[in-house]
Amino acid sequence: MIAVILRRILTMAATLLVISALVFVIIKLPPGDYLTNQIMELRATGDASSVAKAELLIRQYGLDRPVWQQYLMWIGLMPGAAGFSGLLQGDWGWSFEYDKPVADVVGDALWLTLLINLTAVVFVHLVAIPAAIYSATHRNTFGDAVVTLLGYVGLAVPGFLLALILLFYANRWFGLSIGGLYDSALTNQPWTWEKIRSLLGHLIVPTLVIGLGGTAAMIRRMRANLLDELAKPYTVTARAKGLPPLKALLKYPFRMSLNPFVADIGNLLPHLVSGSVLVSLVLSLPTVGPLLLEALRSQDQFMAGFILMFVAALTLVGMLISDLTLVWLDPRIRMGLR
Amino acid sequence: MNGAAMTDALSAESHFIDPAPFEPEAGAEGRAESASAWRLILRKFLRHRLAVASAVILLALYAIVPFVEQLAPYGQARRNGDFLYAPPQGVHLFHEGRFVGPFVYPYRAHLDLDTFRRDYRADTAAPQPLRFLCRGDGYAWLGLIPSDLHVVCPPENGTLFLLGTDKLGRDLFSRLIYGARISLTIGLVGVAISFALGLFFGGIAGYFGGIVDAGVQRLIEVVRSLPELPLWLALSAALPPNWSPLLIFFGITVILGLLDWPGLARAVRGKLLALREEDFVQAAELMGASPARVIGRHLIPNFMSHLIASATLSIPTMILGETALSFLGLGLRPPVTSWGVLLNEAQNLAAVQLYPWLLAPVLPVLVTVLAFNFLGDGLRDAADPYH
Repeated sequence: MIAVILRRILTMAATLLVISALVFVIIKLPPGDYLTNQIMELRATGDASSVAKAELLIRQYGLDRPVWQQYLMWIGLMPGAAGFSGLLQGDWGWSFEYDKPVADVVGDALWLTLLINLTAVVFVHLVAIPAAIYSATHRNTFGDAVVTLLGYVGLAVPGFLLALILLFYANRWFGLSIGGLYDSALTNQPWTWEKIRSLLGHLIVPTLVIGLGGTAAMIRRMRANLLDELAKPYTVTARAKGLPPLKALLKYPFRMSLNPFVADIGNLLPHLVSGSVLVSLVLSLPTVGPLLLEALRSQDQFMAGFILMFVAALTLVGMLISDLTLVWLDPRIRMGLR
Repeated sequence: MNGAAMTDALSAESHFIDPAPFEPEAGAEGRAESASAWRLILRKFLRHRLAVASAVILLALYAIVPFVEQLAPYGQARRNGDFLYAPPQGVHLFHEGRFVGPFVYPYRAHLDLDTFRRDYRADTAAPQPLRFLCRGDGYAWLGLIPSDLHVVCPPENGTLFLLGTDKLGRDLFSRLIYGARISLTIGLVGVAISFALGLFFGGIAGYFGGIVDAGVQRLIEVVRSLPELPLWLALSAALPPNWSPLLIFFGITVILGLLDWPGLARAVRGKLLALREEDFVQAAELMGASPARVIGRHLIPNFMSHLIASATLSIPTMILGETALSFLGLGLRPPVTSWGVLLNEAQNLAAVQLYPWLLAPVLPVLVTVLAFNFLGDGLRDAADPYH
């Protein structure tokens, strides 16, 4: 088991390294960068001291060096002006736009992103599993049709629009306030019970929107899996020998159908993270989504790079957890038979 | 049954053997065992009613694409300055209980000085009949042939806003039709790119195996584990701002296609690994066929149906992707009109509350995405006719 975990973690580290190179290439694709743009602007206005400061930053972050050296410095494999100081050393770089370290700018947004994605994963499972069990055991009934239809609609409605409309009606009918993750009055308050309650209230719409698309896919797959299992002889035997119906459903066929389901989390996660970025933008949630868009627009490269790395790492860790759960859940994998 | 037929049947039965000469080909036509695989697929697909209905809807939608200019009552950029945010105008057939044919009631606009909103009232006294096959706003058909022929035009000195107008007084229905051309083609072109990439990478991984396979597998893993939207955002932010709208359109399509291929590549690889062991592949190799020929002539035709099904299922992702990117202002930009660009203009709560008709572009998105999903499901079920 430990060997498996170690191997997985090593693969993950290698994947992250490849991703970091990819990310760096992408954020370097647009010609120029924030600082050179700024310097040109400053030159035009003739602000000499600011130009000197910007040039200092350029030298400090090695933006005048070849791209591959910049990359190595960014991830912390090559010494820059301040020695080895990159992602590996926990230095996430400098946000030129905010004139602050990236770590200070993103701060709480990381935790809120994590929270939103976690709630979405929990929501997807809480909804998808019972819905799939219901629609598989009540095959071709009205309820099954309704579940399937809702699933398809969830698949087809663009999430951002759903967010907008839900937000409007949640406000009109239930008095949930619009946008943000908690009441604006509580923004700079310490975490109190009231703030947590406000946070939970504000999480409802984003969770619904982010989760809905994934839920649809999950229900369909889980339903198909469960139907396959229910048709197998062992289920018939279990029923024939008089096992209580619930036990005959949950203990064997359900457990079997769970495996592909868990393995599927790997596919689900990138989806959810994507969804959370989009929905955060529409609902102006203080997650990394709006920060990313802003950083990309202004070519604030270390900021954009760090956020892209963060969402990639988030999905990879999620996949790792799903892999390990699968190992724990499925004896065939655990024993190395597959 | 009459007596003669009865005796005929009896005599035939008493012989046990049909006296007619035996022709193995006769009667085989239409029997499952001898029909070609494509015919079997078609037969199985036709049994899937939802998928067939979706196919018909999609064909109808795509039939619009070349004739956008003729079908839209107004030109793409035509502004009606007197009718900003006009609500949808109904088409009526009966005026005061009398049949007059399709007509609209003209709008009388007036500014509400309390709310500073424009108020539109239909003047039910003066019906204005629509014109058909008429001269309207000029255009260049497909950018080439200048013309001004429209299938339907607004009445003389009147307006025809089937879905209302936007903040500049542009007819939403016309823009929706123009948007269909872009949004529908972007899915197809994107899938073509992802299809080519998937075939190539899956093909070399499955056929050569070994190191190539391992490399491609890692690549697939990396691309699959990346959340699409942030990457789309990053890549489209990298498109130079001085590109023409058409180049941006192709750039966005390439970006959508670039991240979608791993699913297809995986399917191709899996199928190839299984098929590679078959006898007919070995025979072809022994006869000296090149890898390209073996892959192209012998292997791919064997799983093309699966590939088409998976490709169909990834078209809606592309369409939604374009919508999302344009909605965020990083995708297509005006003056190019796509459903995403239109939704971008409905991006605020005022639209939901005051001008709900601006949300109309979501309907074609919904219909197209659902139809492609049903069609893909039907194709996938039909793709393996021997099961």
